[in-house]
Amino acid sequence: MNFFWRTGMVLAGMLTVVIVLWVITDPSWLDLSWVMPDNVVSTFGPTLDNLWLVILWVTGIIFFATEIVLLVFMVKYRHREGRKAEYIHGNNKAEVVWTAIPFVIVMGLAFYSKGIWDEIRDPSRIPTDAYPINMIATQFEWNATYAGADGQFDTGDDFISLNALHIPVDRPVVVQLMAQDVIHSFFLPEFRVKQDAVPGMITPVWFEATQTGEFTMACAELCGLGHYTMGGTVIVHSQADFQDWLAEQQAAAGDD
Amino acid sequence: MSDRFELRRVVAPTLMLLVMAGCGGGDGGGTSGGGEGGAAVENPVDAATAGNIAGSIAFEGDAPSMAVINMASESVCEDKHTSPRMIEEVVVNSNGTLANVFVYVKEGLESLQFPTPGAVLLDQNGCVYLPHVLGVMAGQDITIKNSDGLLHNINASPTEQRGFNTSQPVAMETTRSFGTPEVMVPLRCDVHGWMNAYVGVLDHPYHSVSNGSGAFDLSTLPPGDYVIEAWHERYGTQTQNVTVTTGETAEVTFTFRASMAQNAVVPLGTAIDFHAIAEAS
Amino acid sequence: MSTTTATETHAGTAEHHELGFIRKYIFSTDHKMIARQFLFSALMFLLLGGLLAVMVRWQLGFPGRPLPAFIRWIFPDTMAPGGIILPEFYNSLVTMHATFMVFFALMPLMAGVFGNLLIPLQIGAEDMAFPRINMASFWIMPVAGFIMLASFFVEGGAAGAGWTSYAPLSSSGEWTGVYMGQILWLVSLIVLGFSSILGALNYVTTVINMRAPGMTWFRIPLGTWSLFITAWLLLLAIPILTGGLILLLFDQTIGTAFFRPEGSGEPLLWQHIFWFFGHPEVYILILPAMGFVSEVIACRSRKPIFGYHSMVIALVSIAFLSWVVWGHHMFQSGMNPLLGMTFVVTTVVIAVPSAIKVFNWIGTLWRGDIHFDAPLLHAVAFVSLFIIGGLSGMFMAAAPVDIYIHDTYFIVAHLHYVLVGGSLFGIFAGIIFWYPKMFGRMMNEGLGKVHFFLSFLFYNMAFFPMHNLGVQGMMRRIYDPNQYEFLQGLQPLNTFISISIFLFAFTQIIFAFNFLWSLRYGKVAGSNPWKSNTLLWTTPSPPPHGNFPEMPTVYRGPYEYSHPDVEEDFWPQNVPPAKSEAGGQTAAAPTPEPVPGD
Repeated sequence: MNFFWRTGMVLAGMLTVVIVLWVITDPSWLDLSWVMPDNVVSTFGPTLDNLWLVILWVTGIIFFATEIVLLVFMVKYRHREGRKAEYIHGNNKAEVVWTAIPFVIVMGLAFYSKGIWDEIRDPSRIPTDAYPINMIATQFEWNATYAGADGQFDTGDDFISLNALHIPVDRPVVVQLMAQDVIHSFFLPEFRVKQDAVPGMITPVWFEATQTGEFTMACAELCGLGHYTMGGTVIVHSQADFQDWLAEQQAAAGDD
Repeated sequence: MSDRFELRRVVAPTLMLLVMAGCGGGDGGGTSGGGEGGAAVENPVDAATAGNIAGSIAFEGDAPSMAVINMASESVCEDKHTSPRMIEEVVVNSNGTLANVFVYVKEGLESLQFPTPGAVLLDQNGCVYLPHVLGVMAGQDITIKNSDGLLHNINASPTEQRGFNTSQPVAMETTRSFGTPEVMVPLRCDVHGWMNAYVGVLDHPYHSVSNGSGAFDLSTLPPGDYVIEAWHERYGTQTQNVTVTTGETAEVTFTFRASMAQNAVVPLGTAIDFHAIAEAS
Repeated sequence: MSTTTATETHAGTAEHHELGFIRKYIFSTDHKMIARQFLFSALMFLLLGGLLAVMVRWQLGFPGRPLPAFIRWIFPDTMAPGGIILPEFYNSLVTMHATFMVFFALMPLMAGVFGNLLIPLQIGAEDMAFPRINMASFWIMPVAGFIMLASFFVEGGAAGAGWTSYAPLSSSGEWTGVYMGQILWLVSLIVLGFSSILGALNYVTTVINMRAPGMTWFRIPLGTWSLFITAWLLLLAIPILTGGLILLLFDQTIGTAFFRPEGSGEPLLWQHIFWFFGHPEVYILILPAMGFVSEVIACRSRKPIFGYHSMVIALVSIAFLSWVVWGHHMFQSGMNPLLGMTFVVTTVVIAVPSAIKVFNWIGTLWRGDIHFDAPLLHAVAFVSLFIIGGLSGMFMAAAPVDIYIHDTYFIVAHLHYVLVGGSLFGIFAGIIFWYPKMFGRMMNEGLGKVHFFLSFLFYNMAFFPMHNLGVQGMMRRIYDPNQYEFLQGLQPLNTFISISIFLFAFTQIIFAFNFLWSLRYGKVAGSNPWKSNTLLWTTPSPPPHGNFPEMPTVYRGPYEYSHPDVEEDFWPQNVPPAKSEAGGQTAAAPTPEPVPGD
């Protein structure tokens, strides 16, 4: 039929354009992934990723259902000679159903989120044995500040690790975020951690690393011209190595 | 019907926008490129009758130890240094003299007008400013060079004039100048918090920065009485009266000592060193 | 047909002679002329906003590569030395792209153009309640626009703290190097706010007071309903923005410390004020488009809108709920986490009325007689793209997931799906649909279809992958993501997106050409080329001053399409019922006119 040929040709043309540009620019298929990257390295990271998956399933089903129905209706009810539309004003029952069901779904989502949110964000649930580190964000550096040998902050033996956050594995860490000038945002993608550092506030953010290695630290809030280079590294040591590193830094700081 | 007028109403705003775009952008802070001063000014100094001032900056007492700059997070720069770089706040030379002291004629040249010299170079190499202290005339171009090929920004925060904050994301050169005399204009890089420099802006070219031997010189001055000032970023300022006679070089020595630290005025925008604050309190 | 005759239906200006050029085209109090003025101005700003976006994408697609020689000369060394966009200029581009698009393109297109065009004509009024205030409402916009444009030319350049202008980045030039530019940004928006407030006053008053006899509340077309609700949002939200802008202006200029922590100010206060305005604002940017889409889908499917009452209730619900969701922009801000949870609940709830609307649009298409003309295509595209935009919002509404995707390209994808996929396609539908009424001619249908398919294709090629960029962790407002090792692999995808954007931008030339060409050479339109029911289509194209020679009377709702008792498949609101006689004589309908796209 003329309609299907025309539509088919248009779609084929569109597909060709996409394919040509894709070949020219050659992105990776992995980049089109809809699941979270699998390099998650914190304890609550997987929980967050699960919530993502749940939402992905729910919205994915709704997406395909509605778009396909839309497409089918477009084809099935297109104008043809001799057809007339049906005079339907609506259907109250349908309205109730498609108000109630979405409402239940979204409220379920909200309550599922609550548990996870409280675990990550509730200040009273920050593990009491979490290792404290002060993080002072400035334009455009991360000053990870550690207590010196005396174990107290704001004393002469504190030392700063510039753009490098050293933490132990398998031990909760609480970073007290501060900002010196403008709002920055402490973003550790592999840990699923993000928290704004606001000048005038001290904001705690806690997490626990499950793997050793080096990971990304980034700024996720526009903070000026150097926002894009305000990156750093999170270095997760084994617990023993971390103690060694600490001792080494504290000794150097004590000397100054 | 009303179509003709509709077309006209499109054309006018389009032209307006194009004209506005074509008029080019405004200048950034300070002034970008092109030294000011307009008409060429003749050098009023007669070399035959001129004299000189020269001398050195002595440092008394123990040199304070400077913190090592941790460049681990910027490997491109770290690799450029064969030995660790120190903070350049106090640089005491091996002969007991003080480097990076800005010496200039403070009084005595009021009536004279001088031509603006050509551009002077401020380089960012290995994530340090070279030189750490420099002097320019008002309106004289400063060519700021990024030799590192990574993002530096030059954030100038003067108090007597509008500053500027411009970035260099790649290896490139940017030209700026300051229009108003000011001693001293602090410059810093926000991407590398240890990077800072000072620019002394004067309405004459008689300035000098003490070097690796602590020496400075102000040459080809008209004979007369002068007040010269020595400025140091931590130890403050000192002045001396000097008389310059034809063909003679007046020798001057300034002495700084560690106890003068309280004289220093910490300029706006200095990165706060928590370690130092904690130590002082 | 511009001469006016002295009739009792004349608008209050008491003109009994031909208006001069200035009074007719420049300082007009006629809502239709004002609508056209808004249209031309807004389309110019849409073009500017688009060019700024193209520059942003140039940098992201080809980082560090100098701009092409033919435009390089425009930009001084403080912005792009040697054609290389500087990071601070990039931040300005991002800021000004959004500013021009939101405030100078979308808002004027939604409320300024269609509010002015549709409301009096759809409710049977001769003009707005306050024609001179209406004129003032327009003229404020070019003044504000000029101030905003001027900010590019001052020392330090244009504002660079994002369109959200978070303090303290925006409260002092010390942090951005932008001094005057930020001040001008604030002044411009303070001025512009009055345009919205005055316009909204007019719309609300007109709809409440000037409806034709028989035009009960539930016979008002959804186009007017959506604009009426939007006007309430404008009236209540814009003053809040204005207040916040003034406080920020004080912080910058006279040394107050509302938002500056060094003076015991509170940066989060700015965010609260801004987003308390900002969230109703985004509904201001989409509700009118929903109204246009309802009109177009019903008309072009020849079918009543499914669930008209529900649609109205949904509009009202969205408007109410929009006031209590603002905190979802601040989940990661350091705001009390308990408070965050309340916003999760309200945010997920606001999805429900939007979903109801989508189902009702689909229900309207069901068993319809769908004519695939350009307005319908754009309206259906609105629905399909709004579905994507709305569903992506569910991820962000879940605050824990938002931890990861906040300030990433997932957000950028979402906002562009609702604002471009939604609002802009809705605007295209509206412009094409109501063009004959504004200019007396039809836009070219063939060009309209080509523009639609290419736009739809390139738009999705550009913005759909942005969801994936966000999932991979790419942050927003980033001059060069390659500085982060974990993002370096995304460069090819960014280049793909950039080229798609360039193609999308080029495609708009077709629309611009069609728009301008049709002014002169388009097929002359009769009064009702689409065979629609509203009072607007009972007038000549374009309508004369005063709109209706005689006050119309309304007998039915606006969506009586394909009524079984009527031979034609439409039944205008003002046609008296002829069913009083037995035998069911067909109700009178205007002579059918050729409809494009069949």
